[in-house]
Amino acid sequence: METDKPLSKTPLHDLHIELGAKMVPFAGYDMPVQYPLGVLKEHLHTRAAAGLFDVSHMGQILIRPKSGNVEDAALALESIAPINVAGLKEGRQRYGLFTNDEGGLFDDFMVANRGDHLYVVVNAACKEQDLGLIRKACAASCDIEAPFERGLMALQGPSAEAVLAALAPEVADMTFMDVRDVDLDGISAVVSRSGYTGEDGYEISVAAGDAGKLARRLLSDERVEAIGLGARDSLRLEAGLCLYGHDIDMTTTPVEAALTWAIQKVRRTGGERAGGFPGADIILPQFENGAEKIRVGLAPEGRAPVREGADLFADETSTEPFGKVTSGGFGPSHGGPVSMGYVPSAQGEPGTIVYAEVRGKRLPLRVASLPFVPNTYKR
Amino acid sequence: MIKYTEDHEWLKLDGDVATVGITEHAAEQLGDLVFVELPDAGAEFDKGDEAATVESVKAASEVYCPLKGEITEVNEAIVNDPSLVNSDPAGAGWFFKLKLANPSDIEALLDEAAYKAIID
Repeated sequence: METDKPLSKTPLHDLHIELGAKMVPFAGYDMPVQYPLGVLKEHLHTRAAAGLFDVSHMGQILIRPKSGNVEDAALALESIAPINVAGLKEGRQRYGLFTNDEGGLFDDFMVANRGDHLYVVVNAACKEQDLGLIRKACAASCDIEAPFERGLMALQGPSAEAVLAALAPEVADMTFMDVRDVDLDGISAVVSRSGYTGEDGYEISVAAGDAGKLARRLLSDERVEAIGLGARDSLRLEAGLCLYGHDIDMTTTPVEAALTWAIQKVRRTGGERAGGFPGADIILPQFENGAEKIRVGLAPEGRAPVREGADLFADETSTEPFGKVTSGGFGPSHGGPVSMGYVPSAQGEPGTIVYAEVRGKRLPLRVASLPFVPNTYKR
Repeated sequence: MIKYTEDHEWLKLDGDVATVGITEHAAEQLGDLVFVELPDAGAEFDKGDEAATVESVKAASEVYCPLKGEITEVNEAIVNDPSLVNSDPAGAGWFFKLKLANPSDIEALLDEAAYKAIID
């Protein structure tokens, strides 16, 4: 981490301070970890009504094909990501991964086909690296723009549709992973029906100068509360979603991370555009042969949260750990502790009991299907 | 007599047994608690030993034994409902009773004015 550099501020920084947020450094930004409501109630409010998240620290990147044909940009991006970009229809978005030569992951991201260009959203801590990867792969055929100053916010929860439709009725017609240009009562926005909480909702990209106005407008609806990074983390953990740098990193392959669904058939062995991405020689055989370890949900049998970094063991007495917890905490909607981590694939079946060491004690956890809380995406 | 520690605990002395809890300031800083682990009655601790664990959604924190002594009773109510610590930290949210090895040790702890001075 670069600790000497002053922290960057998102376009909503003033609003966070005004709302009384507790600010923390995160990926080089001064970000709200919680507001006066507190992590627990912010989490529950999001699943009951609607939460507004500032995710402007994430990196927004545009890839414009010089030919004007978006397929050229798609094929260039496919050279660094094992996903089907060329088959993504205009106005649709999907989840993606940047792989390295060892089959590990540089980052995870979202990519949308915007008709004449691709729109990519990457993790804050990885955005300079990812911009470099994209430039290297796409610069020959595309112009790359990185408007990192833009605002990006997520409106999540069962009331998100009604709240946003009050500004632009047409957003109600969008389904999960649709992306459109929307005029939000005079503010020009790129809106996708997506998010990272397991809830229905939207992600909204606007010019930096419009971010504060839009956020205040959304917060003026009594169904909406501002939600910090603390609840963002517990929401995504209950939803079984990976946090880069924790559940996935340079050493975890998509198969190990249980992200095989993110690699469409067309990029797998036998597919029309099989391989052709970094680490394909390691990742593709794992589809046939499996991997040694696998990411699983872990439900502690007791009430104590089992957090990131806890070693996992086969039984109460074994001395050699065989796995590790990569995310863990309390799931307010689940009503108990929830964790994720890696175990040997043979121990990855739901129902298997494994043990974590917490404060010198061995605590049992049951391998659980993900998500812990069912998602409510509007399909 | 109520005394305080720099680790944000309060002690209320009755004879040679002190009831121990965490301060309102500590409860606010920790946020809504979701898990509390208490020591066993009969356990003996030195001053500064980790005696209990509290967890919020985000993080785990230790509660240190404020003085040398033996645990005589613990408050199971906060194990069953950790939110009691947030709603009534100085009352129903008490943690444990500690039979002090040296009751006069309590004199060296902070009084209310001195504690308020360090949290302001």
